Amino acid sequence: MSEAVVRSNAVEVKPPTKKPASPWRLALREMRKNKLAMAGFVVLILMFLFCFVGPLLSPYSINDAMNVRNGNKPPSAQHWLGTDKVGRDVLLRVMLAGRTSLLVGIVAMMVSVAIGSTLGAIAGYYRGWVDTIIMRLADIIMSIPSLPILIILGAALSELKMDPANRIYLVMFIIGFLSWPGLARLVRGQILMLREQEFMQAAEVLGLRDRRKIFRHLLPNTVPIIIVVATLSVANGILTESVLSFLGLGVVPPTPSWGNMISAANSMIEFQKRPWLWIPPGVCIFITVVAINVMGDGLRDALDPKSKR
Amino acid sequence: MANNLIEFRNLRTNFYTSSGVVKAVNDVSFSIREGETLCVVGESGCGKSVTAMSLMRLVSPPGKTEGGQILYKGQDLLTLKERDMRHIRGNEIAMIFQEPMTSLNPVLTIGDQITEPLLIHKGMTRKDAKKRAIELIELVGIPRAAKIFDSYPHELSGGMRQRIMIAIALSCDPKLLIADEPTTALDVTIQAQILDLMRNIKSEFNTAIMMITHDLGVVAEMADHVVVMYAGKVIEEAPVHELFANPKHPYTQGLMRAKPIINQRQDRLYTIPGQVPNPVELGNNCYFNERCEHCMSLCVEKPPILTTYENKHKAACWLYEKGGEVS
Repeated sequence: MSEAVVRSNAVEVKPPTKKPASPWRLALREMRKNKLAMAGFVVLILMFLFCFVGPLLSPYSINDAMNVRNGNKPPSAQHWLGTDKVGRDVLLRVMLAGRTSLLVGIVAMMVSVAIGSTLGAIAGYYRGWVDTIIMRLADIIMSIPSLPILIILGAALSELKMDPANRIYLVMFIIGFLSWPGLARLVRGQILMLREQEFMQAAEVLGLRDRRKIFRHLLPNTVPIIIVVATLSVANGILTESVLSFLGLGVVPPTPSWGNMISAANSMIEFQKRPWLWIPPGVCIFITVVAINVMGDGLRDALDPKSKR
Repeated sequence: MANNLIEFRNLRTNFYTSSGVVKAVNDVSFSIREGETLCVVGESGCGKSVTAMSLMRLVSPPGKTEGGQILYKGQDLLTLKERDMRHIRGNEIAMIFQEPMTSLNPVLTIGDQITEPLLIHKGMTRKDAKKRAIELIELVGIPRAAKIFDSYPHELSGGMRQRIMIAIALSCDPKLLIADEPTTALDVTIQAQILDLMRNIKSEFNTAIMMITHDLGVVAEMADHVVVMYAGKVIEEAPVHELFANPKHPYTQGLMRAKPIINQRQDRLYTIPGQVPNPVELGNNCYFNERCEHCMSLCVEKPPILTTYENKHKAACWLYEKGGEVS
């Protein structure tokens, strides 16, 4: 008992000296206090495990021969989520579809973060005509309604008879390319403010190059914003991909994606009689997007010093 | 004494504002010798900081350095290529600022920030730079240097951050250290420590210091030579003892009288009447004429010229041109 008291005292005194409290570590600590955000984070990890590890545990494989006689079976002990009309296991397909959808979301996010933060930082740092050009470009992209553009692009791609396997990558880049302006604006605003700070004057008198000033001194200060926007844009990417695939313009079968699986609900008979075909991918999209958004909000609260209560 | 390290010749820096042209630095000439501490004194807005920023060539629009020369080791900094200028900043001429709390980048560790100039200007390896950085942290009087190396700015106090700023400034053994009100934001005890530190550095490395301040106490303690500025012009320049013993310009005399004296009861300190003239509407006269007790008709007609008198004492005032003395 007394030993336990002593130990807990020791622990109370020690922690701050363990490692230097970097801003990131402080934010992480803040994040841990937010139960909802942590729940979102855990759900997201489970979803990743489900999609990337799950298929390895399944008795079925994507290479299994189609068997129409075994098609359209409702959930059973062999097929937990039933089978589709050519007899493929729906559970396996949901998991594989998740790989595609998550990958599209993440790669689209990376493309948009890379373009958005770089251009935003350059615009904010140089101002003047560089800023005007970049921001007007952003305005143009933002003012194009994205759905029509995506539909037109999708139709054009279908015309070009592109290999479905490569088509995913194109979808990723297009989604990423259309979503950078929002981030670029936020980063630019931050950089405009940061470049007037005294520490930037101090960096200037050290004789640093512009590149170093922008990418080493300014951008790291905007990372909180970038992280939050990036997280939320993963959810956005997944949704956009689903919409496109649902419309038959994004990822096309046989590659499964949550979006093109839901398109099963297109036909009346499957919508009414075979809900196991479209409910599972729908639920997956819903859970993933909600989890990411909840986590993104938590991250924003943890990283923004002004929102601390 | 030693040679001139920096020589300002008729420097002019103007700011183009919507209400007119502000001559922030108006025909300023003075020089800093090797290993000397030169203090630039004057009230807010008189052009002290702009002079320093002109030297660094970091006056940002709407400001523009439009005339004169700044000679460093015989070459004119104002005509240097940007790339060569970058090599001088931080390497040969370093600068520290008034606000230690905001002068360090909050997301980089102290170590990152001290090693940066070493990696860039001296081309050191990361390992050597780290060793040197830890030496520097010890040099500026911070214990546990190895731990501070990995800390972030928010973990340090204001005095420690100013020491770190000095360490960064010293990292490349600069010939000149510009200190723009380095102690204004610190409390008095820390102020004394920082001034001590700077004095030690000066004697140890023979670094010239250009110290910008409005605190005559700091001037008395640190300076070898003093330049007094008013409304963008140098109005008086003298070795420190000469200036304190025998201030010539009525403005400098006013400043000296406005200083509290320890162990002497005073109900109210002296104040110089009037206000600093609006920098946009300066006429062709002595800018101090409206506030001056000794204003003569000549003072309103044309500006006085900085003239050298005995004991290396320079002043710009008509009172002395006629051989008259202030009573």
